[in-house]
Amino acid sequence: MGIDWFPLWLSLRVASLSTLIALLGGLWAAWLLSRKDFRGREFVDAAVTLPLVLPPTVLGYYLLVLLGRAGPIGRLYESIFGEPLVFTWKAAVVAALFHSSPLLIKSARAALESVDPYYEKAARSLGASEWSVFWQISLPLAWNQVLAATALAFARSLGDFGITIMLAGNIPGRTQTVSVAIYDAVEGGRGDVARILVLVISIVALTFLYLANRMARNQFGRAV
Amino acid sequence: MIEAHIRKVFAGSSGSAPFELNIHVKSDAEITVLFGPSGAGKSLSLDCIAGFVRPDEGRILVDDRLLFDADSGVSLPARERGCGCVFQSESLFPHMNLFENLWFATGRFPRRERPGKVREMLERFHLDELGLRRPHELSGGQRQRGAIARAILSQPSLLLLDEPTRGLDAALRQEFYSLLKEARSAFGIPVVMVTHDVEEALELGVGMHVLVGGRIAQSGTPKEILDAPATAAVARLMGCYNVLQAEVLGLDPATNRSRLRISAGDETRFEIIGPYLPGLMLGAKVQLAVREDEIEFGTAPEGGVKLQLRAVVPLVRGARIELEGGIRVSVPAPPDRDQLRSPVVRFRPQSLRVVKS
Repeated sequence: MGIDWFPLWLSLRVASLSTLIALLGGLWAAWLLSRKDFRGREFVDAAVTLPLVLPPTVLGYYLLVLLGRAGPIGRLYESIFGEPLVFTWKAAVVAALFHSSPLLIKSARAALESVDPYYEKAARSLGASEWSVFWQISLPLAWNQVLAATALAFARSLGDFGITIMLAGNIPGRTQTVSVAIYDAVEGGRGDVARILVLVISIVALTFLYLANRMARNQFGRAV
Repeated sequence: MIEAHIRKVFAGSSGSAPFELNIHVKSDAEITVLFGPSGAGKSLSLDCIAGFVRPDEGRILVDDRLLFDADSGVSLPARERGCGCVFQSESLFPHMNLFENLWFATGRFPRRERPGKVREMLERFHLDELGLRRPHELSGGQRQRGAIARAILSQPSLLLLDEPTRGLDAALRQEFYSLLKEARSAFGIPVVMVTHDVEEALELGVGMHVLVGGRIAQSGTPKEILDAPATAAVARLMGCYNVLQAEVLGLDPATNRSRLRISAGDETRFEIIGPYLPGLMLGAKVQLAVREDEIEFGTAPEGGVKLQLRAVVPLVRGARIELEGGIRVSVPAPPDRDQLRSPVVRFRPQSLRVVKS
């Protein structure tokens, strides 16, 4: 029995990259939603949450329309980089990003909102800028929960199937992630390969969920 | 000196009435207390002064420095207002040790001077051995000392304290009061403090403003307000007053006396002799405030009113006797059985103060 480990490595690479992008963008979005009172905030919140409730195929369809070779973003991408975005491993990153970032934004927002506003007020009164308040007070106080949310987002990125197969396809050795490879193995009657990949991905996901739970615990000995 | 005219309206949500804060505070006292019940707008006033909430209208000046002016559109951000804030007993940053907490406030000093400034402040507040401890490893009193030291280190022109002793026990409160007075006289920074604790207001306040329902109900020194509450609400907030409904039955300018029918509770009615009430007609209804410790209590005070006993509450000194109609009397020594079997009270005319509704 020869197992191709490429899907696992691709999944780990895709999940790492999408989680990093989700963390950077998600933190900013979470801060905006938790701290700024702007018009349309509730709409933005609903739009951010939408990928959590839409069927992956619907989300995949939207992304295909936008990012496909005929789509506005897809055409722009192709004109800049000289190659299409869809059906590449980068498309798998986009798929994982849309699959996991709502979870990260929601959790990071809750984490930032759980920080006692008195600490931020005290920091401002001591002369700190908004930038400094975020990086030195709000984020460190919410850091464990943000890290836990990041671990959850990573685990969710690993498991995406629907959006990935619509946007990146199932090209062995190029865009075939582990969840697609499991589906392929089952369809092709290679039960032994499917079992091993299922076991490995389950262990990886379980490890990240365990770490997420550990990190969500408070580090300061008291509620913040 | 601080002068603040603040108006801020919050629309009521889901059927609740809107709340309007509309105050004018002017004080050059060393420690100014904003005193009032929960929901009166005390903390909101402090938030407006500190720059955390933008008033709809008004003007805020500290030592002739304009912090906010709605008309000209001036509104300095909180970090530029120079207001050191201390909130309750938990305002040190929990993810930093005490040294780092104080370091956070040294942004106005050149970098090379900062370690020395922090160490100096830790020493002044007797915290020099505790610099490496996190807030949860400190006692409540040490945390508050640290919070005050940190606020002073930021070189504020005004210290704003929002119920700083909430959560501290009686001994720690006393320690905090001494600390605040010492710090105030050592650093010369005026203090504005919010509290709903009347003992605290009397202990610390040099000037005092009583807030009720978003308005200043009375301003003065704590003693002036305690001795002569302007309204029934202020009298009730002082915690030591009975507020009684009275009807004027007779007025005698010759003896400088009046005859009053008191209504207390649903069923208690009795007549007493009161002070002459100029400007009132027969049949007029007024509210009277009388201190619990100014009511004479015994078995047979001359001209007394016999009332039924409801309860006796032992106090650290003496006792509080609760009588029918909700009338409360404080006595310096626990009453004996005879006094409790047939309690009689007497209201001295000069102890009855007319208060507005």
